Amino acid sequence: MTGTTPAPQTPTKARRSARRRGRLPAWIDFGLIPLLNLAAALLVAGLVVLFIGENPLDAVQILVWGALGYGEGIGFTLFYATNFMMTGLAVAVAFHAGLFNIGGEGQAYVGGLGVGLAALALDRFVPWWVTFPVVIAGGALFGAAWAFIPAWLQARRGSHIVITTIMFNFIASALMVYVLVELLTPQGAMQPETRTFETGGQLPELGWLFAAFGLDIGGAPLNITLFVALAACALVYVLIWRTRLGYEIRAVGFNPTAAVYAGISTVKITVIAMLVSGALAGLMALNPVMGEQHRLQIDFVTGAGFIGIAVALMGRAHPVGVVFAAILFGILYQGGAELAFEMPAISRDMIIVIQGLVILFAGALENMFRPGVTRIYNVLTGPGRAPGEAKAGA
Amino acid sequence: MDFLDVILVLDSTVRLSIPLILAALAGLFSERSGVFDIGLEGKMLAGAFAAGAVGAVTASAWLGLGAAILASIALALVHGFASITQRGNQIVSGVAINFLAAGLTAFLGFAWFHRGGQTPQLPASGRFQGLVLPGAETVRDVPILGPIYSELISEHNLIVYLGFLAVPLTWWIVYRTRFGLRLRAVGENPAAVDTAGISVTWLRYQAVVICGLLCGVAGAYLSIAQSAGFVRDMTAGKGFIALAALIFAKWRPWPVLGACLLFGLLDAIAIRLQGVALPGIGEVPVQFMQALPYVLTVVLLAGFIGKAIPPRAGGVPYVKER
Repeated sequence: MTGTTPAPQTPTKARRSARRRGRLPAWIDFGLIPLLNLAAALLVAGLVVLFIGENPLDAVQILVWGALGYGEGIGFTLFYATNFMMTGLAVAVAFHAGLFNIGGEGQAYVGGLGVGLAALALDRFVPWWVTFPVVIAGGALFGAAWAFIPAWLQARRGSHIVITTIMFNFIASALMVYVLVELLTPQGAMQPETRTFETGGQLPELGWLFAAFGLDIGGAPLNITLFVALAACALVYVLIWRTRLGYEIRAVGFNPTAAVYAGISTVKITVIAMLVSGALAGLMALNPVMGEQHRLQIDFVTGAGFIGIAVALMGRAHPVGVVFAAILFGILYQGGAELAFEMPAISRDMIIVIQGLVILFAGALENMFRPGVTRIYNVLTGPGRAPGEAKAGA
Repeated sequence: MDFLDVILVLDSTVRLSIPLILAALAGLFSERSGVFDIGLEGKMLAGAFAAGAVGAVTASAWLGLGAAILASIALALVHGFASITQRGNQIVSGVAINFLAAGLTAFLGFAWFHRGGQTPQLPASGRFQGLVLPGAETVRDVPILGPIYSELISEHNLIVYLGFLAVPLTWWIVYRTRFGLRLRAVGENPAAVDTAGISVTWLRYQAVVICGLLCGVAGAYLSIAQSAGFVRDMTAGKGFIALAALIFAKWRPWPVLGACLLFGLLDAIAIRLQGVALPGIGEVPVQFMQALPYVLTVVLLAGFIGKAIPPRAGGVPYVKER
């Protein structure tokens, strides 16, 4: 996942160190360690709040209440979480192929163009459920297309995908401003944005569904994109762990040399994984463009593509983890807005700080807590009873 | 466009290139030692904010510059800790640094100065003012050479001249000193350097700190030399353009100067050409000019114009053999 190869070790050394490190059970690997990383990130964020002279505990209280304390807050939390699920999945799929796709932001932006064009073409003539499959195809296609060039360059010409996807974020930004300002803004409009979509280009909101459970989500723009995101999570799970293609993607991610030896084309897999990744990022555009604003605007992605990196790292690139991490960032996003309102000294930029800290602790410093946790676990379970070892026959 | 227009465009090219040159040289030190750094943007931003904030409070440009360097080095050390000591993923660490800086500068600026993330307007003593070189006024009226000397070469602030001096200095350090030899070696083959009894860790930390220092100066230039205060997201992608220039220059000091001047020129022309129709082409969209550095870098990376080969050990944490 990290794209680096472990240092070569002699077989005996490798076996000995594997025994010493042990295999951690899933609940520690996918539960406890991400929580520790999150706790470290929140602790540092709390110190920053303390540093400007505010009470971090009060801040947490307001934040949690703002995100989960009442219906509309929950609605907004899930609305934001929908965005982060899509972009988080996009990053996660690329991770499995050993690729780091930083271009989710640009792919979602260009995906928005696909969604917007499809909606503008159809919204006056047909009901939303006819537009729906077309906009899904449009968003996925445009997002995938924007990921294709970096993918092809990585696979064929060896250009570093991290650098090319960063460059493509900026190119996407320039391109979209040009398209919106020069081509799509109606004559005489003040804002560089498309006209508002008619009902055929608006996705149904989910207020009625929550009302059936006695929860009033008020004006929250939560819409059926949530189900698209959850379906995408399920499909990504099936793709990665239950199909031949997914097996090949993981094989390339673990060890490209071995994959080639097994007859897998790394060029093909790199391109396919990035196409899937770009398509998922592109689908994120459904939520703000058709679910909330009902028009295509400049900078509608607002960093969701980058939050996807934090979500994928925290969720350990697993769809279930991505769902939880996305909801967590939804809470931070919505609660942060509430917090900025209640405690004026704390602006919404706190979320970006927390995002950076999560990427730092869950990503770059992922090795920091593991040795300690493993040691404690081994002491608690006693020597010679390391699980997984006996079964593996080591 | 007459002669004076050309001079003015070149003059703004110089002003726009300086932060790119400093940041790209910063990246050169780090990446030549084998530590990839996509966090140039974040370190510059932190430097810009620290300079703006300290400059506003103390009304001293030098204290501002010092604060910028310290803030930037602090982030560089976080990157060093994650990627050298903890052997984490250097790309992920760089991304984290960028977000930390973007969030912290806006957050602290908002909490301290209550101006929506800006720092207060700096007094004259809090800024680096343009230096009038000797004789600039007297030769102003000399044709051709007069405007070149008095407009283009004179009247820049100290950091501009420092930025240009940093290029030969970097070349000298990297290619003519023992430290430079070791720096290049550790980026290509750290095991060999280790075998020679030199600490890979220490060498890489030194490189990362130099990177922080130069990014800090670049950031200070933005907030207390080029303008009179910090505004949020002031770097606006300059760190990434610098990264692009570094790749464009294939990680070598003199080509870095060329690439940064080229990208600065594109920027200056883009500003100049806004709303101007060119003969035969018509009006060039400003977005096209903005995207051009990134497009050029992608084309270069694709290997269509030369080949950019990064330091071989770049991005790979070094594990000492036991």
